[in-house]
Amino acid sequence: MKTQNQTVRNTKRIRYTKWGYLFIAPFFLVFLIFQFIPLCSTIYYSFFKYFRSGLKIVGPIFIGFENYISLFSTDLPKYFGNTVIIWLIGFVPQIVISLLLAAWFTNTRLNLRCQGFFKTIIYMPNLIMAAAFSMLFYTLFTDNGPAKNILVSMGIVSSQFNFLASVSGTRGLIAFMNFLMWFGNTTILLMAAIMGIDPSLYEAAEIDGASSNQSFWMITMPLIRPIMAYVLITSMIGGLQMFDVPQILTNGVGNPDRTTMTMIMFVNNHMYSKNYGMAGAISNVLFILCAILSLIVYNSFTKKSSFDSPAQKRRGKVNG
Amino acid sequence: MVNDTSKISSAQPISKKEYNKRKFSLARLGCYIVLAILCFLCLFFFYMLLINSTHNNFQIQQGFLPLPGASFMTNFNNLLLNANIPVLSGICNSLIVSACSAVLAIYFSAMCAYGIFAYDFKFKKVAFTLILLIMTMPTQISAVGFVTEMQKIGLMNSLIPLFLPSIAAPVVVFFMKQYLDSNMQMEIVEAARIDGSGEFHTFNSIVIPILKPALAVQAIFTFVTAWNNYFVPALLINSAKKKTLPILIAQLRSADFLRFDMGQVYMLITIAIVPVIIIYLILSKYIVRGVALGGVKG
Repeated sequence: MKTQNQTVRNTKRIRYTKWGYLFIAPFFLVFLIFQFIPLCSTIYYSFFKYFRSGLKIVGPIFIGFENYISLFSTDLPKYFGNTVIIWLIGFVPQIVISLLLAAWFTNTRLNLRCQGFFKTIIYMPNLIMAAAFSMLFYTLFTDNGPAKNILVSMGIVSSQFNFLASVSGTRGLIAFMNFLMWFGNTTILLMAAIMGIDPSLYEAAEIDGASSNQSFWMITMPLIRPIMAYVLITSMIGGLQMFDVPQILTNGVGNPDRTTMTMIMFVNNHMYSKNYGMAGAISNVLFILCAILSLIVYNSFTKKSSFDSPAQKRRGKVNG
Repeated sequence: MVNDTSKISSAQPISKKEYNKRKFSLARLGCYIVLAILCFLCLFFFYMLLINSTHNNFQIQQGFLPLPGASFMTNFNNLLLNANIPVLSGICNSLIVSACSAVLAIYFSAMCAYGIFAYDFKFKKVAFTLILLIMTMPTQISAVGFVTEMQKIGLMNSLIPLFLPSIAAPVVVFFMKQYLDSNMQMEIVEAARIDGSGEFHTFNSIVIPILKPALAVQAIFTFVTAWNNYFVPALLINSAKKKTLPILIAQLRSADFLRFDMGQVYMLITIAIVPVIIIYLILSKYIVRGVALGGVKG
């Protein structure tokens, strides 16, 4: 009887196991075809001389690390530097303003009104087509464009200043667009993290006579560290992918003097000239960078409960 | 301010609460000013866009006029009649790609998430770990292989490779999995099994309705992401009939820009941006909540 029962259960489990695989099959099949195999062939091509000159296709000829050597000895460090600089100019104000807004929105003593309205407005640029947004900025800030004229008439910039011909102007515009598009998102993430903190911590701090400032630095900051790390790293990954905005703003050439050329723009240029070997090599460098960053995110996910479970919160309190 | 409070307190001692209220009303004012500036920055460029799309080329060249003009429909018609920019087919292509992406992404992601949630199988942990690992990996890095593969199987200049890959959307799967973890009880599924419902039928008729709020939020996000996507479509699409809106905008940028009718330029940007803004404003409550959820839990 017992064995019979067991076999029934076993067959049942086997039947359900099959369903489990069936349900996840579409995802993994499509992932395999459209992401994994392309990734492998990208890595594969990066070791080959494979390009088109005129109508003739050269290669693929195996050349080992030659693509990488020529990349690192020529342009890649410069473009990597551009990407990092533009990302930093946008990210620093983004994280500062987002923290400030998140702290204000969640401060019960401050009790700000119309929060829904503000959140709606500041998140909006995140959903805008980056290409269109960039095109808009180009038309507005080009020489004699309306936004530039307004700034000139307000005396903020001189009429001689051409945004798109100066390094700081172009980089500044790209960073500003990135900032506008992402600070609302970051604010909402940080707010959610802060609201996840046990309110009794703040009450206890208030009874002990802590000011708003003190409770922010002593309670909020240590407890939202995991989500801060998450924001930082996902923003880094996003920064490495920076493409649409500088591509459209500078029409793909990274003016002035390639100082706004990002890594993905470089990939894109090689793709258009059908130099798959070189494009593959840059992609592979990006892949390694993103993989390291993704691993860090993954680790923070698996340790994530630090601001979900009450037990961890208590531990945070002791440490703080 | 200090004098003021001391005067009042000598007359009738004010409570600490009252004092705090005053201090905070000043701080609150400061907050509102900063928020107003940020909102201004977020809105002003769209305001300029909308205003300029209602002026004709000549008026735009004169400088920025803060009030709307009367040329909105003229610009719209001119743009539609412009043979160099296939706007109508651009809108259609963008809609097809975005809608298909959204539907495929949410349905198959829900399926995958449910598979991991409901069944015990050997590679369950491995599968979920893999999804977490690839969640933050950008798709751009495999673009070289993707494009060469599409050339080989003859899918260049086709819309299929623009939406089919969204069946594998790790972020959406993760979101659905989190939603299932907190909103779904296996007892319901057990009950359905006893009633003789097949697994697939259970998924379609019980799990999907439970997931509806999550599906809606993720559908919007996937739709918008696909609508805005530029990098991969630009590499795959050459023929004018298949171009999506972002490619048309890029094309406009690389054309000899100054000879162009600026009214039409602003109109094309408006067409690319405004539908998304309208959808967003209608559903903003759910979207903002979705972002917050995605952040805390994923």
